[in-house]
Parts: sequence; C-alpha cells; structure tokens
Amino acid sequence: MERKVAIFRKEHFNAAHRLFVPGWTDAQNLEQFGKCSNPHYHGHNYELIVKVTGVPDPLTGYVINLSTLSSIIHDHVLARFDHKNLNLDTREFATLNPTAENIVYVIYEILRKQLDASMDLSVRLYETERNFVEYPA
Amino acid sequence: MVFLTRIEHFNAAHKLYNPAWAREKNEEVFGACANENWHGHNYELYVTIKGDPDPDTGFLMDVKKLSYIIKERVTEKLDHKNLNVEVGFLKDKMCTTENLAIGIWNQLVANLPSFVTLHSVKLYETPRIFVEYFG
Repeated sequence: MERKVAIFRKEHFNAAHRLFVPGWTDAQNLEQFGKCSNPHYHGHNYELIVKVTGVPDPLTGYVINLSTLSSIIHDHVLARFDHKNLNLDTREFATLNPTAENIVYVIYEILRKQLDASMDLSVRLYETERNFVEYPA
Repeated sequence: MVFLTRIEHFNAAHKLYNPAWAREKNEEVFGACANENWHGHNYELYVTIKGDPDPDTGFLMDVKKLSYIIKERVTEKLDHKNLNVEVGFLKDKMCTTENLAIGIWNQLVANLPSFVTLHSVKLYETPRIFVEYFG
C-alpha cells in the first residue's frame, strides 16, 4: 500500500480590501457587510496554510521539496496579493468580492495549476486569528 | 504596585507615504508599504496600567471599564478604518506603528481615572513586528 503523507507550508501576506456588491447602494452594503464595506477599505494580516498530500518519493523521501513549495507560493500568490489592495490591485478580485471564502478558492486554483496532478491540495486561510476558511471543504 | 494589561484588536488599512516626497522616493524608502491603494493589518493592542489595588475591591481598576475606555477612545475610531484618511488623531501624521502607538497613548492618558497610571501601549502590526511606548 502506498503511504501518503501530508506536508504543510505556512506563509502570510498583508492586504487591504472592502466587501461590497457594486450594484448595491452604500446603505445596502453596510447592512449586509457591516463595517467591512467601508468605502475607504480596511485590512488584514492573512495567514495561509498550504497542505500538499502525496506519496514520498522513494529516492528523496520528499512529497515535495518545501523550498520549491515555498517558491511556488511566493511567486504565484504572495507576489500578487502581499501589500496590495485586493479590490483595486488584483485582476482576480476586480469583479469578485474578496471574502475569505473567495480568496481561499482563488489561491487554491492558482496553486493547483502549479502542482503535479498526483498530489492532493488543500488550502486554509486565516483572515484573523478567529476567522478562517478552508478549501476544498 | 501592580501592572494590569488589557488586550484589544482592530483591523485597518494604511500606507506609508510622505506626501511631500515624490512617488519614487516613497517607494525607495517604504517599499511595498507605500502602495498607493493601501494594504492592511490585524493590529493587536496591549494597554498596561499600574497602581495599587483598592483594599475594598481588590481591583487596580474594573477591567471592564478599562475595556470600555479603550473601545470608546481608540478601537472604535480605528477598527475597519483607513488610518491615513479616517482617523482624526492621526491627521497629517505618518501612519507608522510608532506614531500609532503614540497617538493611542495620547487618546488614553487623559481619559483614565486618577487612581491609575498609564504604563505602556504595546502595539503589534503583525505577529512579528511590534512597538512599545511608555509616554
């Protein structure tokens, strides 16, 4: 039987965002999203945990080289989102509301394309210490 | 003498940008923090007061009242706000963690009861970066 192992890499990025539906009035957005809809934006220290599951290579003992995984996350996720305004500075959230749910899905899709199909991927994203999401569910 | 600390938190957007400088110089000095469209943080705030416990209550200060003062004077003005644009006590100041801690101190020091002394304001911008101000 193949012995699967999960390996995790933690990263972080800081970003500004605003939750709102463009077709709604400020009052409607305030009612739905509360102070998260502030038109002047607010921000978070996002903590990202990437989980990759696979069978360790018999020669190297690695599921994936953690340095490689870190580089992939840096080049494809952090370079796009760190110290950015998610609504204004990223094409991913130009029209998609940057909720934690949508951000974790977008990050999953970005990373999925960079990893070998034999590996399973799961992404957990902390917006605050107390609010976090995970995809796939 | 006893020290008592209350921890609060707020989330805010800001940028480090000196309006008197050209964009290039801001980027050179402040790097990614100068992004014109802002970025943001989860700030953790530690407010420490000191004094002697009241003999009747055993309290230095009712910590719920301390929490209320911090909320009213500080976190309600900062939480889910843009620090550069929306905060009166930071107007015309650079929105560094250093200046934010000094601003928070000034918001609190005049509004605490006379039987306690404000000892320190410790402010985490990220889990790895924090400042302390002792007045």
